[in-house]
Amino acid sequence: MLSLTNEMKREIIMEHYNSPNNKIDDFTSIENYQNFKKIRMDSDSCIDDITIYLDIVDGVIKSAYFSGVACAISTASTDILCDMIKGKSEKDALYIIEQYKNMLFEKEYDSEVLEELNAFSETHKQAARIKCATLGAEGINKIINGENDE
Amino acid sequence: MLDVKNIRKDFPIFEYHKKDKKPLVYLDNAATTFKPLEVINACSRYYIEDGANAHRGDYDLAYHVDKEVEHCREHLANFLNCFPREIVFTSGTSMSMNLVAYGYGIKYLKEGDEILLTEAEHASNVLPWFKVSETTKAKINYIPLDEDGRCTPEALRKVITKNTKVVSIAQVTNVLGFKIDIKEMAKIAHEYGAILVCDGAQSVPHMEIDVKDLDCDFFCLSAHKMCGPTGIGALYGKFDLLRKMDPFMMGGGDNARFDMCGNVAYLEPPAKFEAGTMNISAIYGFDAALTYLENIGLENIEKHESELRKYAISKLKELDNVIIYNEKADAGIITLNVKGVFPQDEASYLNSKGICVRSGEHCAKLLKDRLKTVGTIRVSFYIYNDREDIDALIEALKNGGNFLDAFFN
Repeated sequence: MLSLTNEMKREIIMEHYNSPNNKIDDFTSIENYQNFKKIRMDSDSCIDDITIYLDIVDGVIKSAYFSGVACAISTASTDILCDMIKGKSEKDALYIIEQYKNMLFEKEYDSEVLEELNAFSETHKQAARIKCATLGAEGINKIINGENDE
Repeated sequence: MLDVKNIRKDFPIFEYHKKDKKPLVYLDNAATTFKPLEVINACSRYYIEDGANAHRGDYDLAYHVDKEVEHCREHLANFLNCFPREIVFTSGTSMSMNLVAYGYGIKYLKEGDEILLTEAEHASNVLPWFKVSETTKAKINYIPLDEDGRCTPEALRKVITKNTKVVSIAQVTNVLGFKIDIKEMAKIAHEYGAILVCDGAQSVPHMEIDVKDLDCDFFCLSAHKMCGPTGIGALYGKFDLLRKMDPFMMGGGDNARFDMCGNVAYLEPPAKFEAGTMNISAIYGFDAALTYLENIGLENIEKHESELRKYAISKLKELDNVIIYNEKADAGIITLNVKGVFPQDEASYLNSKGICVRSGEHCAKLLKDRLKTVGTIRVSFYIYNDREDIDALIEALKNGGNFLDAFFN
């Protein structure tokens, strides 16, 4: 994805906040929900409280959902990530998250793989929001690295 | 109204931030307050001039430190109208509440007893009692709030029983900002043989307090919410209760002697509760903060905040995109949301305009169901706020629906 204007970034965030593709109310309504790994991410500094659900088969992320309550930045970034990692290998998902965090922390990053996540490239201007922008990413990271809430 | 322009000159933080691109509109005083230079200097004075430990040495420096520490204790006792021996220094309200819960609650409560709280209490007045309940099997019940969110003596009278041993409530609640009639509440509690514990964190910075008149059994406070340093606060307790209860931290400075069989002779209160080296520098600063507030006058502070509140409410009501949750409250705390905007998104938008407010549940997580929202924006005033601050807030809230502006401008 090439250059996004601020107006486009704003639209991407609002779109995924107002009508997220992967947000669910009832986890048990998902087919094969027993196969999913999940993790609850409640931020220590705000009221964001989301749970991420991943179905990983043979190192490939088959499905990704989340539930809970969170601000626009957390909700939109988590929703975009869920869209992006579906069908990808764990390794590719981790690479996207790594590049995404590099962008947020103003390091060198590979913007090609970030697609709509490029909408968060201005987050450093509101440094207190980096936590919001990484809440879902950290959760996905944790599940891929073996954590799972029983 | 107070002379805010002159008051601001006492607070170096305003001068320091003049170089910033955005203004500094600080409306998060229920979280903590800024410090006047006198307080900052008093803290430094301990390190520059005195330096020794308290209650320890035989030399002049140490003697002088003791005198300063006891001076602050006397000053605070005078401020609250009690005896100095009834003032225990703690790290703040949370530690004071925990000290009462562990030192009194766990020692004296048992199965069948009851603790009464309200759903508007701060976590520091809820979680210690959960621990008491877990340990002693005493039950926790809640005094119902009226439809505005106020806790009234009538409501206490309806639920209190002879099994009630502790009533623990905030004098001013930190989200809704109602002033509770502690004096009447204490009277009712005492009729039933219960003690009344008062969380004074949000009241003592803003109004005159007379603990003897209130007749509460314990009163907890933090210095940092009243222009004092962080890491220091106090517990007031009636002396006979302090004598009966246990310290929850044991160690150096709280005992007269101990032997290898485990026998310990604890000192009398307050020393019994002050094991370990205290935050002495902060005690110097706390003393200066009390003087600072006394010079302004607590009555004047209360009046100033009340006028600011009235002005803010009238202006907020003109905005049709704002929901106010505590219009009828008394203290300088206003809880609100911008319609359709998650509170944290709004707070971070306000930050981009230089306005500091708190968003979230404000440590009062039991309130969520009552307010029917997961979180709110809390605006809270103090002596250095004026109508211009409120005007800045109102201007920003008008455009509050476009909260992503904070991200892209």
